[in-house]
Parts: sequence; structure tokens; C-alpha cells
Amino acid sequence: MAISRETMAVRRFGYGFGPGEAGPGDAAGLMADLAEGAAATDRTGAAGRAHFPRLAEFLEMRAGGPEAAMTARQTIGKVIQEEFAREGRARVFRAATSRTPFFDRLSWFWAGHFAVMGKAIPGRAAAGAFEDDAIRPHVAGRFADMLRASTKHPAMLIFLDQNRSSGPESPYGRRARKGLNENLAREIMELHTLGVGAPYTQADVRQFAELLTGLSFDRETGAPRLLRERAEPGAETVLGRSYGGGPPLMSDIDAALDDLAAHPATARHIAFKLARHFVADAPPEPLVAHVEAAFRASGGDLPRVYEALLEHPASWEEGPGKARQPFDYVAATLRAVGPDADEIDGMIALDKAMEPRRRLNVGQALRRLNQIPMLPPGPQGWPEEEEAWITPQGLSARIDWASRVGRAFAARWDPRDLAASSLREALHPDTRFVVEGAAERWEGIALTLASPEFNRR
Amino acid sequence: MMNRRFFLKNGLALGCAAAAAPAVSPLRLAAAEGENRLVVIVLRGAMDGLGVFAPWGDRDWAALRPTLGAEPGKGLIDLDGRFGMDARLRPLMPLWRAEEFAVVHAVSTPYREKRSHFDGQDLLETGVAAVGEARDGWLNRAFAHIPGARPTEALAVGREAMLLTTGAAEFRSWAPGERLTLVEDERRLLSRLYGRDPRFARAVAAAGDLSVESADAAESAAAYAARRLSEDVRIAAFSLTGWDTHASQKSALNRCLRDLSESLTTLRDRMGAAWERTLVVAVTEFGRTARENGAKGTDHGTGGAAILAGGAMRGGRVYGDWPGVAEPDLYEGRDLKPTDDVRRTAAWALAAQFGLGREALERDVFPGLDLGARPAWLA
Repeated sequence: MAISRETMAVRRFGYGFGPGEAGPGDAAGLMADLAEGAAATDRTGAAGRAHFPRLAEFLEMRAGGPEAAMTARQTIGKVIQEEFAREGRARVFRAATSRTPFFDRLSWFWAGHFAVMGKAIPGRAAAGAFEDDAIRPHVAGRFADMLRASTKHPAMLIFLDQNRSSGPESPYGRRARKGLNENLAREIMELHTLGVGAPYTQADVRQFAELLTGLSFDRETGAPRLLRERAEPGAETVLGRSYGGGPPLMSDIDAALDDLAAHPATARHIAFKLARHFVADAPPEPLVAHVEAAFRASGGDLPRVYEALLEHPASWEEGPGKARQPFDYVAATLRAVGPDADEIDGMIALDKAMEPRRRLNVGQALRRLNQIPMLPPGPQGWPEEEEAWITPQGLSARIDWASRVGRAFAARWDPRDLAASSLREALHPDTRFVVEGAAERWEGIALTLASPEFNRR
Repeated sequence: MMNRRFFLKNGLALGCAAAAAPAVSPLRLAAAEGENRLVVIVLRGAMDGLGVFAPWGDRDWAALRPTLGAEPGKGLIDLDGRFGMDARLRPLMPLWRAEEFAVVHAVSTPYREKRSHFDGQDLLETGVAAVGEARDGWLNRAFAHIPGARPTEALAVGREAMLLTTGAAEFRSWAPGERLTLVEDERRLLSRLYGRDPRFARAVAAAGDLSVESADAAESAAAYAARRLSEDVRIAAFSLTGWDTHASQKSALNRCLRDLSESLTTLRDRMGAAWERTLVVAVTEFGRTARENGAKGTDHGTGGAAILAGGAMRGGRVYGDWPGVAEPDLYEGRDLKPTDDVRRTAAWALAAQFGLGREALERDVFPGLDLGARPAWLA
């Protein structure tokens, strides 16, 4: 059966159908979802206010010598680790129960584009605030603003060592004999904006790294600040344009970021990544060109960019589509079976009072599926290609997860109803056949959720 | 038939141990004729070859690394009066003395300029001269030229794809942690469910094959490789990660160096007599800056070092055409200058272990490479 546009909108641009979900219908509905998600977004830095005091407390305690550092790791550090894991679980349920799935899918995409990795304890303390404060306020805004926000967020500054880069000729650099760290400058050009194929050189990376020296954050509030003591004196030339030269100013850094955001190579890079994430591992060139043109024409106004993606016929073509990444897959399975609010709270808290069979551990599942939220493999973010995910090991872990969900929700679902309500006309006769032949309810649920069409979108 | 239990009791008998060794990712194996073995280790993240095998005898060395610098007795073990080895690799000294460990210094792939990990690893694994020229790995292409080469029986699963072994020839893979155990009926049902989607069908077939493999989930990649290499397996490849040491390099290398030395000593200890016929080649995408950076780390560079181990070569030496680290000798004034193509090391390893000819190597496996003269480590 041909798959309707209504079903495509939910599967390809959302987290699949929940029980009785109507979905946004079409491109206009998806744009309304985007606007609603943006309207509901906190723009006051609430996530940072919740995270940074703990980070400051940890850093302060750790600075008190080796013994204090040990205590810091065992006390506040332990709280930070537990909170990081809890946040990872909560992210899954935010997606699974989202009223604005397209907005949340985009937010995940951008958090992966500007990937930060909650590596050690300080990284974990900051990472939980990154998507909420640096990404979500700009998902329906301008790319340039998201680039500024992500570049200056403590999670990014910690992850890419910017907080440890100093101008060799700055007062601090000369006194302490400290120098540059190129990491953030390189990844902004290679991964966040221009793309590795673009015409920039090692000298541009170096000059940009010098321009970024002094960029830091306030420990208590996480607010960006410029440490003039560490800023390299003199002007820097990046891609043929000169920045600064006077006293170090944040506006010089902003100007360079804005120019990178407006570079034609960036439009191309972002258009390709969006089309690849939502439509196909190898997206058709006309689609990429159309999105790229919208990016350039609008100066990186992201709703115009998404509109271009959604209006192009290639985005609605049936075909193998994409394999759902593990996070989206686990969220989609939970959305399909529809846990109630108490169950969700119990699964986020891993509440011991909950019956073990019903207490699904999404954190453990994602660890086995190799996609722990906020722990991408590196600054390049998550792999997109299906061969990275649909491996023997990855599929084994998906089948295992599907069978756990089946056991947890066996009392609530007739598998045939679940297959129909979650897959609609995407349900394949072969899947229907094995689901109907399942000996037990949980097996039928597991087969539905493990089927190829449930793993694709 | 449909009323059979679909999954095994316990909600699938998948291994419960998740991700036993996250620093070690996928292991690929293949069998071949003869007794020679090859192990390729990809050191992901760009190993600081200059720091790990430091040219302490070079008079320009110390100034480059004011805080990271090392000298014999202080974080370094002298190897030959010119070069030293990071003291955390001390477990490898017996191999060095037995001429079963060597370094090929100042090598790199043809990759230059952008110093991107992802492009660098791409080139290292595809074995071509420029990014985008190939989408399959050199070890996979070599497969076609190895007499009697075949994928080993039913092994396993990898958590992620490994470009080095990707391509027309099928390599089986294994990673610690997951096993899917199915009985015949279950396998038939899953093939009905997945049959129409080749990607899923292949994955589930390989996962099901695990049932004949009694791999211990806690076994390390090196231990498992060693065990299989002492049986029918002749080629194995895996990665060691975490070498991207932009900050606090001294402590950041703790785990990496331990993984490296444990991998090599495990292979030697557990392969028995087969170690004599084994060549291990460890390579990385590029080196790191000659000078330390502002964060007691090093940034992305160019020339680095390759590591050789095993009984099938003449070790106990630091090979390579040393360019020096004085300012004018550095590549672009910042990196160790590569004086040789690391693909030559890999190519000669294939020639030595499996008899690959010059034409196959220069045309198919490493297109455009000039194999040059037989390297001294193959004496």
C-alpha cells in the first residue's frame, strides 16, 4: 500500500505514531509543530541555572589539593554523574511524549551537529545544559545565533579545550608560558560551519584560534566572558578578512562567527547534513541544492531552510528511507506503546518500587545500542549511515529491547492492534503474518517493534 | 510452526554484559592459507608519535616540549641513544630486547593540510592518495590477492563499522558484550521478518551465527584475537581509541598506552608458537604538533610513528629517515616532517606475510603507491 503523506510526516519527521495520534498531516502542520515547540522553549537559561552552580562547586572543591579532589569526585562528582544519567533517560521520554516531535527531532539534529561530549565530571556537569540553553532557543531562529550560543557555551568550551587556550603573546601567556589550543577553532570551521572540503587552510585555523583566545565563561552563571589577560594581541586574518587589532572584544569573535555562518560553504554543508539526517544517507542533489539556496537566500533563517526541505518532493518519496538511530528508535517504541505518567516517572527515576518487568531501563538500552545521550563518539557527532547502526550487534540489542518492551506492555496491547496503530499503512504483510502467528502477546509486540519498518522511517 | 516460542526464555538470551571494553572497538577476522598472520591496529585520534617515541638525543627536542618533554629516567626509557619510549610502555621492553618490537618513525599517509581526524582516518583505512577516491578499505582489497583467504566461520558482531575491512570481501566481526542465541525455528521466523530488507537480513544472520561461538563476553579484543589467531584465523584488525590528546596529555595517555601495551603483550603471551609467524602493524591517522600547546597537550600534526611487533620481522630498532626537529626541518614550521609514506609499511607487511606482489600492491591495494625498496625491518 502506498504510504500517505500524513504517515510520512509522522514517521520521517517525528517519532512515529503514539496511540490514536493524528500527526501534523503535512508540511504546513510540521511548520506549526516547529512554531509551537519554539514558543514553549525556555529562553532564560534555566538549564544553566540548574547545572552551573554544581559545576562551580565541583571545580572549587577540586582545586583544594589531591585529597579534596578525591572528596569532590566522591561527593558532588557522584551527584553530577547520577544527574547526567537521569537526564539521559529523561531525554528519551521527552522525545517519546513530545507534543512537537518535529521541533524535538530538529533539536536533536542540531545538538548532534554542535556535538559536545560529557566526558569527565566537569563536561558532564555542563553537557546537560547545552541543548536546552544553546540549541533549543535557536532551533526556529537564525543559524548564526545558534553558532554564537554553542561556541560560547561552557560545555563546548570545556569539551574542545578552549578554556585552556591562551595567546602566546598575551600577558598571561607570556607570564605562564602558555599558548594556543587549536581544537575549538578547527572544529568550528571543519564541523560546525564550512565543512572539511571548504577552502580554508591551517593558517586560517591558527589565526581563528588566536582570535578565540580569552573566550571563557563565568563559573557561577556559565555566562560567556572574555579574559583579556589571555587574549592574543593584534589583529587576526581569517579567510582573508581581518578581525580585531584594538583591545580584545567579544564583538570581534562574533563578527568572525557571523562571517563563517554566512559563508557559502556553510550553506552547502548544513543543507547536506539536514537532507542526510531527515531524508536519505545519500540525499539527492536537487534536494540539497534547494535547501542550500534557501539557506543562502534567507541568510541562514532556519524556518525558511526547513520549509525548503519540506516542500521538496524528494523529501516525501517512499523508499528504504533512513534507519532510525537508537535514541529515536527507543523513543519511538515507547511512544507507540504509550506509558502513563507514573510509569514514565518510575522509568526515569529507576524507581525500585516499580515491578522490575515494567521498570524499563532506557539508559542501559542506549548504552548497549551504542548511543548514550550527550556522549557522542567525538566532535563530529553521531554517524548517520545505516551501516553504522544496523550491525549484527546493534540489531541484537534492538531485538532485545523490543522483547523487553513487549513483556512490560503485554497486558495493555493486543499485538495486532499495536502493529496497526503504530505502523498504519507502513505495516508490511510479512510483519503482519509473523505478528499474528506469535504464540504470546509480548512476542507479537516484540516482533512489531523489531520489524524493519519500525526500525526505518 | 508459528506457535513456537519466538524468543528464548528470559526475553532473549542476549549477553547481559554491555560494552565490556569501550576503548576497544570492532575486531575483524579472516582465515587464509599458510601459517603467517597479520594484525592491523588502528590507533584512532592521532597518536603523538613524537612524544611516545621521543627523539631525546636530538638537541632541538627539549625546547619543543617544556612541560611534556621527557628524557631517560624521567618518563622515558632509552632505546638506542637517540630515541626513547614512554616509560608506560615498559611491559614492551622484553619484546624490544627480543627484537619483536620496532618503531618506524616520521611516517604519515599522503594526507596533508586540513588535519581532520575524520579525513585522516578515512585515508589511513582506504589506503588511497586523496579523500574520496575509494569507499572500501585496503585490507579488504588485499583480501582478493591472498591465496585461500576466506571469512572465518560465524563470528560476530562489531559495535561500529570499520572502513579498513569494509568492501567486497566479507570480514566477520566480533565485539565483546552482545550475543544473540537462536534456535533454528526462531532463526527461520526472523528471516521471514527481515528477509525483504537486505541490511537487516544480513545483520540478523550474522548475529544468529553467534550461537556457535562461545566467546566470553568479558574477553578483550586482543585476547579473543590471539585465541582465534592461534587457530584458523590469519588476519585480524581492531582499533584502540582515545589518542586525541589536546590537553593534559600526560594523564590522557595513561589509558591509551596501557591498552596498547596490554594488547601487544596479550597477543604475544596467548598466541604460542604462532607469534613467531605474526606481524602486528599499528598505525594512526597523523602525528601531533612538535611543540606542546597551551594546555599541556598537542594539536593535530602531520608526521608520526608506526609500530611493528611480532616474530616475523627484525625489531629492536627505530627505523625511518629521521628529518630532525630543528625549526627549519619541521613541516610547515610546526609538525614532524614525514619522510616516508606509512602505506609502504602496510604494503610490505602484506608482501611479507601473504606474498602479495608489487603489481597487486601498487595497483589495487594502494593505488599509485611506489613500493620502493624492501624495508630494513624485513631483513
